[in-house]
Amino acid sequence: MQPKNKFLLGLLSSALVLISTHASAAWELNMPVGVTNISRETYDLHMLITIVCALIGVVVYGVLIWSLVKYRKSKGAKAASFHENTTIEIIWTVIPILILVAMAIPSTTVLRQIYDTSESELDIMITGYQWRWQYSYLDDEGEEVSFFSNLSTTDDQIAGLDEKGENYLLEVDEPLVIPVNTKVRFLLTAADVIHSWWVPEFAVKKDAIPGFINESWVIVEETGIYRGQCTELCGQDHGFMPVVVEVVEKAEFDIWYSERQEAAAAIAELTDQDWTLEQLVVQGETVYRTFCMACHQANGQGLPPAFPALTGSEITTGPIEDHINVVLNGVPGTAMAAFGAQLNPVDLAAVITYERNALGNSVGDFVAPIDILQAQAE
Amino acid sequence: MSNIGAIDGHDAHHDDDHHHGPAKGITRWIYTTNHKDIGSLYLWFSLAMFLLGGTFALVIRLELFQPGLQFVEPNFFNQMTTMHGLIMVFGAVMPAFVGLANWMIPMMIGAPDMALPRMNNWSFWILPFAFTMLASTLLMEAGAPNFGWTFYAPLSTTYAPETVTFFIFAVHMMGASSIMGSINIIATIQNLRAPGMTYMKMPLFVWTWLITAYLLLAVMPVLAGVVTMMLFDVHFGTSFFNAAGGGDPVLFQHVFWFFGHPEVYIMILPAFGVISEIISTFSRKRLFGYDSMVYATSSIAFLSFIVWAHHMFTTGMPLAGELFFMYATMLIAVPTGVKVFNWISTMFKGSITFETPMLFAIAFVVLFTMGGFTGLMLAIAPADFQYHDTYFVVAHFHYVLVPGSVFSIMAAVYYWLPKWTGNMYDETLGKLHFWLSFVGINILFFPQHFLGLAGMPRRIPDYALQFADFNMVSSIGGFLFGFSQLLFVFVVIKCVRGGKKASAEVWEGSHGLEWTVPSPAPYHTFTTPPPIAENAHARVETKGDV
Ligand code: HEM
Ligand SMILES: [Cu+2]
Ligand SMILES: [Cu+2]
Repeated sequence: MQPKNKFLLGLLSSALVLISTHASAAWELNMPVGVTNISRETYDLHMLITIVCALIGVVVYGVLIWSLVKYRKSKGAKAASFHENTTIEIIWTVIPILILVAMAIPSTTVLRQIYDTSESELDIMITGYQWRWQYSYLDDEGEEVSFFSNLSTTDDQIAGLDEKGENYLLEVDEPLVIPVNTKVRFLLTAADVIHSWWVPEFAVKKDAIPGFINESWVIVEETGIYRGQCTELCGQDHGFMPVVVEVVEKAEFDIWYSERQEAAAAIAELTDQDWTLEQLVVQGETVYRTFCMACHQANGQGLPPAFPALTGSEITTGPIEDHINVVLNGVPGTAMAAFGAQLNPVDLAAVITYERNALGNSVGDFVAPIDILQAQAE
Repeated sequence: MSNIGAIDGHDAHHDDDHHHGPAKGITRWIYTTNHKDIGSLYLWFSLAMFLLGGTFALVIRLELFQPGLQFVEPNFFNQMTTMHGLIMVFGAVMPAFVGLANWMIPMMIGAPDMALPRMNNWSFWILPFAFTMLASTLLMEAGAPNFGWTFYAPLSTTYAPETVTFFIFAVHMMGASSIMGSINIIATIQNLRAPGMTYMKMPLFVWTWLITAYLLLAVMPVLAGVVTMMLFDVHFGTSFFNAAGGGDPVLFQHVFWFFGHPEVYIMILPAFGVISEIISTFSRKRLFGYDSMVYATSSIAFLSFIVWAHHMFTTGMPLAGELFFMYATMLIAVPTGVKVFNWISTMFKGSITFETPMLFAIAFVVLFTMGGFTGLMLAIAPADFQYHDTYFVVAHFHYVLVPGSVFSIMAAVYYWLPKWTGNMYDETLGKLHFWLSFVGINILFFPQHFLGLAGMPRRIPDYALQFADFNMVSSIGGFLFGFSQLLFVFVVIKCVRGGKKASAEVWEGSHGLEWTVPSPAPYHTFTTPPPIAENAHARVETKGDV
């Protein structure tokens, strides 16, 4: 082997080693088959159309390459003078139409199935927020189960200061939990901009649009954890709002669900309880880190002008009613969301108290969860 | 070359020497109403925008080289994707085709200039101001537009950075420029054809541009409408797209794509024309199926108005709507296929040589067809639920736009440069540029199909680990392709400054009126219309028998 070739080969193989050190399913080439009937049928459609295209490609590229090789001037080819032929034009118009009709039939069948959202056994409302998902189980009995699902990958991992975990960017604090072999209907909407909820292995991708309620459904046939992402550009952290769904046995789901209902009832109770300023500040710090820090920053300095500072601001050190109002209802036309719909009264009271008595502020007053309930009622 | 052509070329030359040649200095370019000057201005402007938009693309590929956030913040990343898209579509591809139209259409139909020369000057000179305004937002505190080139509301209205107003006015200016440009092209083609140059004798490039100009005229006002509605939502308290005020975010998408889908054909139909000219020249054979090419182009243009919602399959349209847009989109593949079959039949039994323009044209046929295949896949609505807004779509539209539109522009530049400058370009460097671009583009975009199928969403600055390998490959291809374009700039400048003298006909197989005037083409050509043969296609007859 020539030395130069050896060098190239060495370079190539070290590049390959470098590349193959990523542990996870690398070099994935195709769409997942998925775990629902619809996802399998979608996969079959995808494979069918791919193969049809590949076959047409073989013929078209074949004739092209053959012409390029055979009719080169350098090989002494003389140009023929024909320049039209109605018969062949008709043939290559009609044959593609027939192929397309053949493709359209199975596609229509699958699409009709996807659109059949009737007879669901469980309904879940999915609301997109900048930049998290809210899941609310629609159930008439007992306390409502509703929670947010936030990215749980750490900032250090993203910044490269910490080693990236296996499910880097595809992990959340609380996944959506649904029972296996059950028709679950999703109702999708959004609170601010358009988002899109996608789990590749369910073949469900549906836009969550403010002012609209879209429908979709699944019957998942295998338990497990399934991961996806938001697929509609929704602002700064669009790449950081994953979807994680945990599919469990029905019995397990029932236990989980009643636990969540109890927890919801406990929150209701906590709301009635007496709180001290210190307790609220402790609780408030956790809430602040999850919901407020991305914009207003860990030290409360914000990123003016888009994200104002909270330290020493008119709102956080002024009348408490105004502070409550801003947090509950947001500031229309800016990135400041209305958190009244996103957080429970305890967390709202805690984070407002935290903002007034931490981050360099020390106003000294506090708001109890019960006051929040009152403000919301007004 | 026939006598007719030679005589004509002489006439034109005579004019140039003794009447009005170009003015001297910078005022030549500012006041010019000459179609060739304006064509050159458009082309240089487009090249500058191509390099600027390309730089933004390299910032994107740099950030995506590895997982994690290394170089830019997510918000700046979004500004890069947005500005890259806007600048490439409105600054690079569209002005390049208008530049080619300005240079070539009058020379191809035997007209002395464009029909509306002063408006022509204005159409061009709006553009530098529009793009300066758009690009200046990068230096503003609120940052450049960051809501994607498709600027979906309410992200681009209620939630937009303040600079959205600059964006809106820039789009208005580009729209005005395009509308004037298209009126000019329509007026020229319909009124200034030399006697005897009937519609069905026009070169295909002229045909495809005529149809494109009508598309532009129909949809640019729609774009202007949608950004005006945004302006009102942002500044005057209306709620066209704001759900909280009774508005409808999905309406935005319908209006945008009613413009947007024809827009993608605006960027490819002139390319079809260019490729038809070049393949026929270097196959030394008349274009196969000229009439069916005209009909196919017209049907594509018609269909492009009734497929827009294939970009919106996941918005929750009713079933009937999904089915209609799925069937209509699939239909577009038929006339598109006809074009590809005609090109290949033109090469079949030809006498083919492989100069740089032909290499780009062949690559166009191969790789544009790839994009057509993925387009067909995307048309299948249930499958699109999986493909939509992933890298699969990114791969699709880059295959049709880069080795499609951009390669056709480069092919056109190599093809007509000798006519414009009077010098041959450096063939060895041209071929090197082609091969670097061809290899680079495939390393860049082919792996993106896999990324999309494996589940990587588009417009994200960071990604899960299973996407790392193909992203790295793609970025390497991106840098290869990107830096190869500096070679293109070098070859063009070298050719403008000198080189082997080109003959009037330049290419052995060339045909059509533009090859009957000397190289470089005199400042004024066809001040008296050339005679056009009665009973055959002009492009064949003026050249004699090909
Ligand atoms: C056979 C012809 C074609 C078909 C059937 C087709 C079909 C489609 C479909 C269904 C989509 C939407 C995919 C999605 O977002 O889920 C799409 C996207 C796109 N196509 Fe095509 N296409 C074709 C040719 C072209 C051509 C010729 C161009 C331009 C030169 C083009 C440019 C684009 C662009 C720019 C997008 C993405 C726009 C965006 O979301 O940013 N396509 N195409
Ligand atoms: Cu998103
Ligand atoms: Cu389209």
